[in-house]
Amino acid sequence: MTKPSAAPPSAAGAEEQSSTGVIDPPKDVDKKKLAKERDQAKERQKDRLSALEPAQLIDLYRQMTLIRRFEEKAAEVYVAGKIGGFCHLYIGQEAVAVGSISALRPDDYVLGSYREHGQALAKGMSARAIMAELYGKVTGCSKGKGGSMHMFDKELNFLGGHAIVGGQIPLATGIAFASKYKGTDQVTICYFGEAAVNQGAFHESLNMAQLWKLPCIYICENNQYGMGTSVDRAMSLRDIAQKSCAYEIASEFVDGMDVLAIREATLRAVERARKDYLPTLLEIRTYRFMGHSMSDPGNYRTRAEIEKYQERDPIKLFVASLLEEKITDQETLDKIDREVREEVEDSVKFAEESPLPPPEDLYTDVYANPIDPAKNRTA
Amino acid sequence: MASKVIMPKLSPTMEEGQIARWLKKEGDKVSMGEPLAEIDTDKATMEMQALANGVLRKILIGEGESAPLGQLIAVIGEPNEDIASVLSEAPPAQKKEAPAPAPVEKPAAPQPQPQRVNTDSGRLIVSPVAARIAADSGLDLRSIQGSGPNGRIIKRDIEAALTKPKAPVAAQGTASGYRDEPATQIRQTIAKRLVTSLGPIPHFFLTVDIEMDRAAEMRESIKALDPDLKISINDIIIKVAAAALLQHPQVNASFQEKVVRYYEHADIGVAVAIEDGLITPVVRAADQKSLSQIASEVRELAERARSRKLKPEEYTGATFSISNLGMFGIDEFTAVINPPEGAILAVGAMTAKPVARDNQLVIRQMMRVTMSCDHRVIDGATGAKFLQTFKKMLENPLYLVV
Amino acid sequence: MSTITIREALNQAIREELARDETVFIMGEEVAEYDGAYKVTRGLFHEFGGKRVIDSPITELGFAGLGVGAAMAGLRPIIEFMTFNFSILATDQIVNSAAKMLYMSGGQFKIPIVFRGPGGSAFQVSSQHSQALESWYAYFPGLKVVMPSTAADAKGLLKSSIRDDDPVIFIEQERMYGNKGEVPDDPDFTIPLGVADVKREGKDVTIVARSLMVPIALKAAEKLEAEQGVSCEVIDPRTIRPLDLPTIIESVKKTNRVVLAEESHPICGVNAEISAAIMEHAFDYLDAPVKRVSGADVPMPYAKNLEQLAIPDVDKIIAAVKEVAYLD
Repeated sequence: MTKPSAAPPSAAGAEEQSSTGVIDPPKDVDKKKLAKERDQAKERQKDRLSALEPAQLIDLYRQMTLIRRFEEKAAEVYVAGKIGGFCHLYIGQEAVAVGSISALRPDDYVLGSYREHGQALAKGMSARAIMAELYGKVTGCSKGKGGSMHMFDKELNFLGGHAIVGGQIPLATGIAFASKYKGTDQVTICYFGEAAVNQGAFHESLNMAQLWKLPCIYICENNQYGMGTSVDRAMSLRDIAQKSCAYEIASEFVDGMDVLAIREATLRAVERARKDYLPTLLEIRTYRFMGHSMSDPGNYRTRAEIEKYQERDPIKLFVASLLEEKITDQETLDKIDREVREEVEDSVKFAEESPLPPPEDLYTDVYANPIDPAKNRTA
Repeated sequence: MASKVIMPKLSPTMEEGQIARWLKKEGDKVSMGEPLAEIDTDKATMEMQALANGVLRKILIGEGESAPLGQLIAVIGEPNEDIASVLSEAPPAQKKEAPAPAPVEKPAAPQPQPQRVNTDSGRLIVSPVAARIAADSGLDLRSIQGSGPNGRIIKRDIEAALTKPKAPVAAQGTASGYRDEPATQIRQTIAKRLVTSLGPIPHFFLTVDIEMDRAAEMRESIKALDPDLKISINDIIIKVAAAALLQHPQVNASFQEKVVRYYEHADIGVAVAIEDGLITPVVRAADQKSLSQIASEVRELAERARSRKLKPEEYTGATFSISNLGMFGIDEFTAVINPPEGAILAVGAMTAKPVARDNQLVIRQMMRVTMSCDHRVIDGATGAKFLQTFKKMLENPLYLVV
Repeated sequence: MSTITIREALNQAIREELARDETVFIMGEEVAEYDGAYKVTRGLFHEFGGKRVIDSPITELGFAGLGVGAAMAGLRPIIEFMTFNFSILATDQIVNSAAKMLYMSGGQFKIPIVFRGPGGSAFQVSSQHSQALESWYAYFPGLKVVMPSTAADAKGLLKSSIRDDDPVIFIEQERMYGNKGEVPDDPDFTIPLGVADVKREGKDVTIVARSLMVPIALKAAEKLEAEQGVSCEVIDPRTIRPLDLPTIIESVKKTNRVVLAEESHPICGVNAEISAAIMEHAFDYLDAPVKRVSGADVPMPYAKNLEQLAIPDVDKIIAAVKEVAYLD
C-alpha cells in the first residue's frame, strides 16, 4: 500500500520523491548540462560588463554580498531566538534588488513585499537600522513597530515592506500616480512575488497604470513558489510576462541570476517611465535558496532543484565573471567580504545594545492629528 | 439584686422580637417560670417566662414595640431596690412602624434583613442613580417601594420619598401608595383560568343586607349637632368602606399580571351619573379623612363632574369604587368593575322592611349591597369577610370612632 | 448663511478644498463626466478638469490602494465609493494599508485621505446595497469615522476631514442627500472632528443618534415633549471615531436615562460600544438600563413594508424612551 503524498506530483518530479520528504538527487541529473547552462549564462553576463565601470561592478558585488551575509546573520539570530515573528530571507534573490535598484535615481521610490530586507539594503538603508528593526529596538528603521515585514525609510523613499500578498501593488500605483500628478519624473519600483500575480490587486493596478500611463515598474520576482505551492499548482498561465498583454503593458522576461541583465532591463523600464510615464512589467526568474520563511523546512522542493539553482547562484556567477574578465582579483573580493561581515556584525552589536521602545511608544504614531474629544470642545 | 429581663431568642432565626402583650404590669410580683409576656417573633407569638423571683419593677419595651435579641426589656428586683444602674444601659425602644434609617456613613453596605424586598429572592433592586441619591440623602432604601419593572426602585421613587407628600405630577391619577407582591403561581393560574370563562375580568358577586337604622340615626345626630354639616348616607358608606378596606387589604388590591398590588390607602371612586354617561371621581385616602371632609369633597367632585370640569387625575387611579343607585329606587343591582380596581360595591336603596329580630317581626331600614369582585385577586371568602366587616361597621357606625 | 441640501453642502466642501489645495484630488466611479452617481461632484470635472476629478474604472480595491499610495507620496486624495457597500472590496487597502501605515512605519508615513460616499439604507435597494458599515471602520485604530446629519455638518466636517492628516471614513446617507439646512458661506467654515453636537437640549432622557437617526430622533423628541411632557436631549456624535464620550456622559449624568438609536445592526455595533462606555463612566447615574434601538438583525429586505420594519422609526424611538423613562 502506498501512502498518499502530501504534495501532488507536479510539486516536484514524481521520480524524485522519497518517503521522508528529503529528496536525493535523481540518478539522471545531468551535471554536465547544468554546467553548460551556467557557462552560457556567464558568457551572456560577461558581454554586459563593459557597460559599467569596474568600481560600479565591484559595488554591485559588495551590495549582493552584504545582503547575503546580512540574511545569513538574520537566520542565525532568528534561530538563536533573538528576533521574533516571521523572517523571510532573500538569499538567492540578491541580484534582483541590487540589479534593479542600481538602475534608479536616489529620489525614485521602492516598495516591496514582506521579503524586503535585501531591497531595503539595496536602496541604501543601513544594516544597523534593519537589524535593529528585526530586534524590535527603538533604533530600528520603523522604531521597532514594524519588524521584519515593515521596513520604511522616508528619507530614502523606501516605502515599506507590506505583508498582505499583493497589497503593495496598488500602493505603488498610487505613488506613481502622485509623481505624474506632481509632474516630477520620479519612478516607482514595486516588487512582489509571482503568487501575488493571482491577486486582484495586481490586475486592478496594471489596468489603472496603463490606462492612466503611470511611471511604475512592476517587478515580479518569480521564485517559483508561493510559500509551499509551486507556480505549476497555482497559475493557469505560467508565463507571467505574457499577462501584460491583457493590459497592453510593456514587459520583459529576465534572468534573475544575472545582476547585469536585471539592471539593463530595469534601465529600459526606467527610461519608459521617466520619459513617457509608462509602466512596465518585469518577470524576473529567480530562486530562493531558503524556505519561505525561517519556519519553513522547504521539503516541497527537491535537492536536485535546489542544486540546480545553486549552480547558478547570482553571486558565484558574478564573481566568476569578474575574475575571469580580470575586472578585479580574489584579494579585493575577500577584503570586501571581510568588510561586509564586519558591517553585519556591527549591526548585530548595535541592535543588541539598542534600547527597546519606551512603553509610551505604544500609543504614539496611531494618528498624525490625534484628537482628544474632551479638549476639543468649546462648550 | 435586680435581674435583667432581656429579649430572648425564641426561634432559631429570630433577630428581634415585638412585645405583643405584657402579662404582668409594673409592681406585680413574679416568680421564676411564670409567664411574663407574649412576644411576636418572625415565626409565631411565644410566651416568655420570668427567670427570676421578685417584683416587675420596670417595663422598658411597651406593647407593640420591638427590641433586638439580648436587649434589656424589663427589670425584676426587690420592691425597694435601686435599679438606676441597671436601667442606664437600656437603649430606646424601636417602633415597628418606623424602621431606623440606614446609617448615612456607610450607605453602600449590604442591608441586613431588609424588611421590605422587591424581589422574591429578597435582593433589593435599585437603579444606580436611585441608589446614589438615596445614599447621599441618607434615605433607607428598604423603606421605599420600587415602581420600576420587577419592583426596581428608580429615581422617581427616591424623589417621591424625599418630597413626600407629593402631588401627583402625571396626568394619570395614581393611588396614594401601595406595595406590590409577586403574584403567586396559583394566583396567576387562577387569573388565567377564570379569564377564559368570563371576559378579561372574572367577576363574581356577593350580596348582603344591611340594617341601616343606626347609620341613619348617626346622620340625624350629626345634623342636629351642626345644621351646616351635610352628611349623606353615601358619605357614611364611603367612610365605612374605606375603614373596612384598611382591615382587608386583600380587597384593596389590584391584579397587575405579574404582581398583585396592595394599596396603602383606600382611594374610593364614587360613581356619578352625568348627562351622557358615568364618571367616577376619586376620594383619595378616604380612610384618613373625616366624614365631613369626605362629604364636602364628594359634593364638590360631583358638582364638577356634572359640569365636566374634572381633571383626568381626579377621576382615575381609585383602588375601590362605590356605585349607588338607591336614589333611583333600585333595590339591588350588580356593577361592573372599573379596571384595574379589584372590586366595586353596588349600593341599593334604603327601604323600611319587616325583618325578624329575636324571633320578633320588626321594621328596619334595610339596604342591599352587592360587591363585584375580580376573582383574579379576590377570592369568595376574602370578599365575604370584607363584607362582614363592612356590614358590622355600617350597622354600628360607632366602630368608626373606636 | 444659505439654505442648501446636504448634497450641495458636500459639493461646496469638495469644490472649496480643491480650489484651496492643489494636492487635493477626487477619484471614484462616475465622479467626473457623469457628475457623480448621486451628483455630489456635480460640475467639478468641468471646473477643475480631469487631472483633479478622475473617473476610475470599477476597481475599488485598486483605486482605494492607489489613493493610499498617492497619500504616502504627499497628495490628499478624496476617494469616492459610489456606495460604502463597495468599500467592502477595498477594505484590505483601508484597513491594512491606510489605517496602519503611520504606525508600522514608526510615524514616517501619514495618510491624509478621505474615503467618502453614501452608506446605510436607501430606497428598496435590498441586502447588498443597504449596509451601515461604520462599526467596521470604527473598530480600527488609525482610522477616523465621520457621519454628518445636517447640511452644515456635512460641509464643515468634510472640509475638516480633507484637511486632516489621517485617513477619514466619511459616511453620508443617501436618503438624506436632499435634506436642506442652513450653511455658513464662509469658505473657511469647518467643524472640528471628534466633537459631538447637542441637536436638542433636554432633561429627562438622552437620545444618542447619528446620520439618518438624527432627524428621526428629533421628531420623536418633539412628539414626546408634546404628548408625554418628556424632555429629550438629542446628541449627534458626528464623529464615531474618535468618539466624543465626554458630551454623552455629561448628558447621561444629567438625564439618567439613555436611548441609543442607529441604523446599523445591533451586534458589535457602535451603540454597543457607547453603551459599554456609559456603563464604565456613568454607571452611578443610570436610572434605567441603556436601551438600544437598532436596525433589524437581518440582511436588508427588498419589500417596502419589510424594509420599513427593519429601520428604526419615530415610534420605535418613542417606545424606547418610554421604557427608560418608565412610562406605560
